[in-house]
Amino acid sequence: MAVVWTLIAMVVGSLAFHLLSPWWLAPIASNWGRIDAMLALTLLITGVFFVVLNLGLAATIWRFRHRDGHRAAYRPDNRRLERWLIVGTALGIAALLAPGLVVYADYVVAPHDALVMEVLGQQWKWSYRFPGADGRFGLVDARFVSPTNPYGIDQKDASGTDDLLVPGDEVHLPLNRPVKVLLRSNDVLHDFDVPPFRARMNIVPGTVTSFWFTPTQTGRYEVLCAQLCGVGHYNMRGFVVVEDAPVFERWLAARSTFAATLSAAVASVDPLVASGQALAQGKGCIACHTIDGRSGVGPTWKGLLGQTARFTDGSSALLDASAARQHIRDPRARTLQGYPSVMPKVELSDAELDALVAYIAAQK
Amino acid sequence: MAEALDHTPAHPIAPETAHAATHGFLTRYVWSQDHKVIAVQYSCIAIFTGLVGLVLSDLMRLQLGFPGVFEFINAERYYQLVTMHGMIMVIYLLTALFLGGFGNYLIPLMVGARDMAFPYLNMLSVWVFLVAVIVLMASFFVPGGPTGAGWTLYPPQVILPGTPGHDWGIVLMLVSLAIFIIATTMGGLNYVTTVLQLRCEGMTLMRMPLSVWGIFTATILALLAFPALFVSAVMLMLDKLLGSSFFMPALVSMGQARAYQGGSPLLFQHLFWFFGHPEVYIIALPAFGVVSDLISVHARKAIFGYRMMVWAILAIGVLSFVVWAHHMFISGMNLAFGFFFATTTLIIAIPTAIKVYNWLLTLWRGDIHLSVPMLFALAFISTFIIGGLTGLFLGNVSVDIPLSGTYFVVAHFHMVMAVAPILVVFGGIYHWYPKVTGRMLNDTLGQLHFWITFLGTYLIYFPMHYLGMLGMPRRYYAYAGYEFIPPSAQALNAFITVVALIVGVAQLLFVVNLVWSLFRGAPAGPNPWRAASLEWQTPQTPPVHLNWGERLPVVHRWAYAYSVPGAAQDYIAQNAPPQAGGDEPEQGTLRQERGS
Repeated sequence: MAVVWTLIAMVVGSLAFHLLSPWWLAPIASNWGRIDAMLALTLLITGVFFVVLNLGLAATIWRFRHRDGHRAAYRPDNRRLERWLIVGTALGIAALLAPGLVVYADYVVAPHDALVMEVLGQQWKWSYRFPGADGRFGLVDARFVSPTNPYGIDQKDASGTDDLLVPGDEVHLPLNRPVKVLLRSNDVLHDFDVPPFRARMNIVPGTVTSFWFTPTQTGRYEVLCAQLCGVGHYNMRGFVVVEDAPVFERWLAARSTFAATLSAAVASVDPLVASGQALAQGKGCIACHTIDGRSGVGPTWKGLLGQTARFTDGSSALLDASAARQHIRDPRARTLQGYPSVMPKVELSDAELDALVAYIAAQK
Repeated sequence: MAEALDHTPAHPIAPETAHAATHGFLTRYVWSQDHKVIAVQYSCIAIFTGLVGLVLSDLMRLQLGFPGVFEFINAERYYQLVTMHGMIMVIYLLTALFLGGFGNYLIPLMVGARDMAFPYLNMLSVWVFLVAVIVLMASFFVPGGPTGAGWTLYPPQVILPGTPGHDWGIVLMLVSLAIFIIATTMGGLNYVTTVLQLRCEGMTLMRMPLSVWGIFTATILALLAFPALFVSAVMLMLDKLLGSSFFMPALVSMGQARAYQGGSPLLFQHLFWFFGHPEVYIIALPAFGVVSDLISVHARKAIFGYRMMVWAILAIGVLSFVVWAHHMFISGMNLAFGFFFATTTLIIAIPTAIKVYNWLLTLWRGDIHLSVPMLFALAFISTFIIGGLTGLFLGNVSVDIPLSGTYFVVAHFHMVMAVAPILVVFGGIYHWYPKVTGRMLNDTLGQLHFWITFLGTYLIYFPMHYLGMLGMPRRYYAYAGYEFIPPSAQALNAFITVVALIVGVAQLLFVVNLVWSLFRGAPAGPNPWRAASLEWQTPQTPPVHLNWGERLPVVHRWAYAYSVPGAAQDYIAQNAPPQAGGDEPEQGTLRQERGS
């Protein structure tokens, strides 16, 4: 009879777990409270079924357990009961589906007055773009992607020159204004996921996908990638800052336009370091190496050169420019202690390698 | 000679089949065309592969429970573990075991046939399956290791740098899948033909045990769904090796512009899930069928609503082909599709719920023997209830949006299509092992195996739903530094890992039991569970080649004549003489009408 008690304990334990669990939806920070309401409704209806069916199973096993001399009844059919069960289940299903589809109908159509923001997912970082003064995004294509133009914006398209670029991993949004998010990728699949917003969508290279939401709480929210995008997938972090509209407008006004970033890339202080920076971005190095001291898949570049470090083979050596060159040319030859041996070999000319190493060395 | 063996002219023994009955170890146990030997071969290969998959999952859990402690599990290896675990369990364990193992053993015995319709093709099927497994395993040893793109193998990343195994691993995976599909097709054509053509006299379709209905319908699904996987594997291979662009748009990979242009990653997802969703039912339908039989036999009661059970299997089979895009609600496909696929998905819950009700109603007023197979069957019902109900979250598109891609999904599909079917696999093996070997499995080991597996898997997967609610994304190597994930979630992950390790090790009890009982198990006799279906009525136990001795059985009733009022014992075998009674309900009504 242990199985009867186990089933009862499972039901009671699961309910207790549900009530006491510290693990629950992140507090909502968008207009999609109705998604949460649908979730609660589904939980309620399925919860009732869960309790009734499992306890029913336990009771049945208890009541009709084998005892000497007992014999089962012969009742192979009951058409009327079956019909009632079908009708009842169908009604329960309809009660879940209908409101669910009503909520979804709103999800499908973004409001006309929504602020439009573009998210660019990239292995393994986020960047953003706003359409600028003319309200229109410049055309894009993967073939325009270069170290100085990581978004792949068409330089011949005039509507792109005033696009505001947010290359860092933090973007700001105004409170209480609907945002239509356009999602784009030049490499692989991603998914722009901010759990407190509930709304989200995959990012598919070759097409632009979208969803919308209205931020309803100020705060700083974590962005994560929720569609497997390679070995750095788990480390594709970012932040969305929701703030009052005037603060947001000031922040937005301080972003550089596409035209400005292009000329800045040309007229940087040290051209070698600047082209190294562009290479680091274009070749994807920054997916694993930060310049702000945070550890990624690989070590941060901040203060990396000049250290003496241990390798997985037990040896240790001074990390200088020549060691860096050697490592980039042959990444798997040896690996720093504590890091996976996953660095890909990147095609670089000698001049490019000089620039990249100069950029790494500049991160003190 | 063949005709002397068989008095039913409609089913003469093909000369080549009779030929294979010759003695000698190689022809009997290795190059055998006997469906029972092939079933055991299929099962052994599948279980071995499944054990590999189990070890992979425990390694993966080590990283999740104790991140960074086990240095050899780096991010690359982690994703390879995830991918290989998923593919092995879904395809090479569950699909192969239910169709190749259970299907091969049960179909001919349950429908009263001497063997499969095409024994040679059947033998070929198992050896081709072995080749598929070898190719799959080879990917562990090639440069770069196996693919780490997730078992869904989504392009573009699956064939681009940044994903482990994007060079050799993925090619071997695709080749192995293609070979597997060839094996499954050879087996599948056999199972369908056997069910349709080789049933013995009196075995109408509506007298077949539900196990046969489940496997038969699942086989049809497999024959229709696997081609979608086959073509997507071929197209992906062309993209990888010849630079075509079926699934590859113009893109930049690791800073390098690639020559691809104009392909659609979503096309792959549609093809994959057009296979992938029926695949869920390719596993679930045989489980539904087998568990129906276990419940009926061990509760000594006729299955409740047999006709409805058959129609539910068929309805689920048909509907399973129009729900695939519920895996893609937020994939970026046209959002309008969400309305259609949410509706079809929730409709499929109705026939599925009917099955659950009918299992419970079969138990109701039964005479429930809590044997090990029955324990597994009851555990299946409970597990399947949870897994089915959480499907209502993910199938309803608006609720799916925040949960998609989180641990809620992991918990849901493990409950519904991993734990639930594997409980049926165990139940089925404890149930039919006596027929296969002539010996009982050890009961104490079986009980221990059951309790650890059932309680363990519940402790693993029930709390996991809550991590998903929290928003924890799946397929993450590590969660360090994410502020919205509280430290307590890590503690829960450590707990889940410990339980997973215990459950993993406990499966050794099962393996030990299988081997030990083969030599030392108590002799079973021909029909230890006093079951009515035909496979228990063979003249010898274990059944010999060609199953039925000189005469094929003749069937006079359905497979569920349990506890028939007035009958001497609490079951009437399907092939007992007609005057023993126990007709199926509809047949009984017809006869009464005719008599009056």
